[in-house]
Amino acid sequence: MANPTAERLSRDEYFYGHKACAGCGGSLAVRAALKVLGQNAVSVLPAGCMSAVGFNFPQLCFSNNSIISTFAGTASMLTGIEAGLRARGYSDFTAVGFAGDGGTADIGIQALSGAIDRNDNIIYICYDNEAYMNTGIQKSGLTPFGARTTTTPAGANIHGNLRPKKNMFEIAAAHDIPYAATASVGYLPDFIRKVEKAAQIKGTKYIHVIAPCPTGWGIAPDETVEIAKEVVDCGLWYLAEYENGAFTLNHKPKDFTSVEAYLKKQGRFQHLDLDDIKTVIESRDQKWSYIERNFTYK
Amino acid sequence: MSKRFLSGNEAFAEGIRLAKPDVISAYPITPQTIVVERLSEMVEDGSLKSEFIHVESEHSALSCAIGASAAGARAFTATSSQGLLYMAECLYYASGGRFPIVMMNADRSTALPWNIYGDQRDSLSQLDSGWIQVYAENAQEALDLALMSWRIAEDSRVSTPVMVNLDGFVLTHTYETVEIPEQAQADAFLPPYVTENRVDFDDPKNMAFSAGPDTNFIFKYKAHRGMLAAKEVIAETETAFAESFGRKYTGMLDSYRTEDADFVLVTLGSIAGLCRETADRLREQGIKAGVVRIRYMRPFPNAEIAAALQNAKAFGVLEKDISFGNEGTVYTNVNSALQKAGVRIPGYNFIGGLGGRNISAHDIAQIFEDIRSGTDHVNFIGIGGDGNGESNG
Amino acid sequence: MRPYLREKTSFSAAEIPEATAFEAGYLVSVNSGWRSIRPVIDTGRCVGCEQCYLYCPDGVISIQNGRPVIDYDFCKGCGICAKICKIGAIGTEAEHQ
Repeated sequence: MANPTAERLSRDEYFYGHKACAGCGGSLAVRAALKVLGQNAVSVLPAGCMSAVGFNFPQLCFSNNSIISTFAGTASMLTGIEAGLRARGYSDFTAVGFAGDGGTADIGIQALSGAIDRNDNIIYICYDNEAYMNTGIQKSGLTPFGARTTTTPAGANIHGNLRPKKNMFEIAAAHDIPYAATASVGYLPDFIRKVEKAAQIKGTKYIHVIAPCPTGWGIAPDETVEIAKEVVDCGLWYLAEYENGAFTLNHKPKDFTSVEAYLKKQGRFQHLDLDDIKTVIESRDQKWSYIERNFTYK
Repeated sequence: MSKRFLSGNEAFAEGIRLAKPDVISAYPITPQTIVVERLSEMVEDGSLKSEFIHVESEHSALSCAIGASAAGARAFTATSSQGLLYMAECLYYASGGRFPIVMMNADRSTALPWNIYGDQRDSLSQLDSGWIQVYAENAQEALDLALMSWRIAEDSRVSTPVMVNLDGFVLTHTYETVEIPEQAQADAFLPPYVTENRVDFDDPKNMAFSAGPDTNFIFKYKAHRGMLAAKEVIAETETAFAESFGRKYTGMLDSYRTEDADFVLVTLGSIAGLCRETADRLREQGIKAGVVRIRYMRPFPNAEIAAALQNAKAFGVLEKDISFGNEGTVYTNVNSALQKAGVRIPGYNFIGGLGGRNISAHDIAQIFEDIRSGTDHVNFIGIGGDGNGESNG
Repeated sequence: MRPYLREKTSFSAAEIPEATAFEAGYLVSVNSGWRSIRPVIDTGRCVGCEQCYLYCPDGVISIQNGRPVIDYDFCKGCGICAKICKIGAIGTEAEHQ
């Protein structure tokens, strides 16, 4: 019984022996993408979870050329590597960045915007675990409404994070980027297909993949994939692409699963009351009404 | 060889054209802009085959250059003042990773208050960033340093980035006749960059990694040793440069009439010319004055400074810098050199030129007078002592 | 091909590289001590769908002769493979060392 997705991937492992927490969604995203891109991928990872767990001399866990960038410098270092290799006569390589939500939507957004503006020939993958997990679960610009982090504690007065997630996918798209996509490690074949597609497109590519963090989300390590699927199924995340100036929805749940059930499986949302959950549902419905109007579903 | 009438910035750009960097990433800031404008024009007209990356900040300018260097390419950037401070994180990254990038810094005042004119508080604040720091005096030296810097930085004994500092406006925007070497000569002097510290598809690398307490120390020690090795490489490079182009440079510092000088003024950059003229006039009056222009602030010429000052009766340090609450950083460094060498002579610090304030021949004559008669440790030109501690006279 | 354990695990000052660049995929320590549970594959029930291989965050499941094999040196025991296996061919046992 063949697995059509697995068969398209390299059998080699490019991210191996790392010290990520058990069940880490980010490491799954990095591993899967590199199995698409292969040995000639040059990966850039900013200071953050995946670099911290993968690059401790002499334990070096990437089998392809890989480098840590400054926290703010994922995209600008990708630009330099791409330009430098091209100047040296190489053409058969892929410069790919793997940055977390904070490294992308907060401190790295300027460099990312610059790279998209220049249309540098790079793939930028944001593995979104919805907080600064490496430093101990602090709020980032991609932490969702209501989430408890160590800097958005949940108490009687404030129920965790007050702000919704920044919409990085559409921010990238607003640059008129050649290709942008959302994904989730809960729908791995979809993510893999998007990385494959990005590898064939010239110019800047941005893929935003939800990658749960068991430690920060308050779930068991074996629930990573399920919860990443459920966030799509309950409508709080969506699988989409932006290409040739148009948005496409890739997956449309017939009926959303329960938002409350999704939230209550996670430690970070335990404190939410019915009003909070109502707010989350309303915001989801508003988003989907926007998607219905602006995205094509094939 | 051709001769042209060029500003410091333009001369430096000509030097960069001759050095043929693979990648140039830069963000505009006054008074550096002319360099990147000229380089853009050279890329446009095809006389320079570089990838010119229009980055969106100085942090990205240097981050991009680091990426290019990690790809094995020769990378150049240029900045000034706030831009240098904005990329500060990347300065340490480039030196720690041993990426031999060359950067031009147009020395400029740092805000606040805002000011676009020249002083050296920007680069001197980054002496600990692990970059070789050299200060040019004139446009010809700037052009020549553009070529020599690559050879020093890329030498495998050194593998350390170089910051070439040009005084903002006074040097960057002042025109002089400059000799421009032929490309073939430049190519012979500066071979292509070869390194193992790069992406390699046959022998893949993991780069810019973490190193824990056990090994981190060793990496830092090696970076320090690499910087120290630059002294020898600078000397070799200048010898080779003189053979190729006929112009001689004097290594870590440039001493003028110090052999028999009683009173020596130590300084940096473009003000040195006026100091030498003043010393000449004082000599005519029977006062044995000398001048030391420090060329390299890192690695620091400890022994060379001590040798130049050991027979003097007193010295002064004139600098466009102040480390608030202490003294000028150059003065601190010079005093340390003398202390280590056991040279015990009175010394005085003269702070001038901040925010582009003019330093006149009269000011310099007064400085020599103060060195002879004794004054406060730290003196602001035109204001007086800083009121901290008693006179050193 | 994948990063693998090396014999040489410590480096003298002289052996430490000048620059922060070193051989890719150089491993000196295992992750087996992290496990509190150990996934065990029932190869008789396994149908070779490779979902466990696909979803393993650590890449420690390889396919050999059509069947998954776990590299216990680097398996952290997260249990994702056991959950993803729809036919129940992967069980978990308590780890005792």
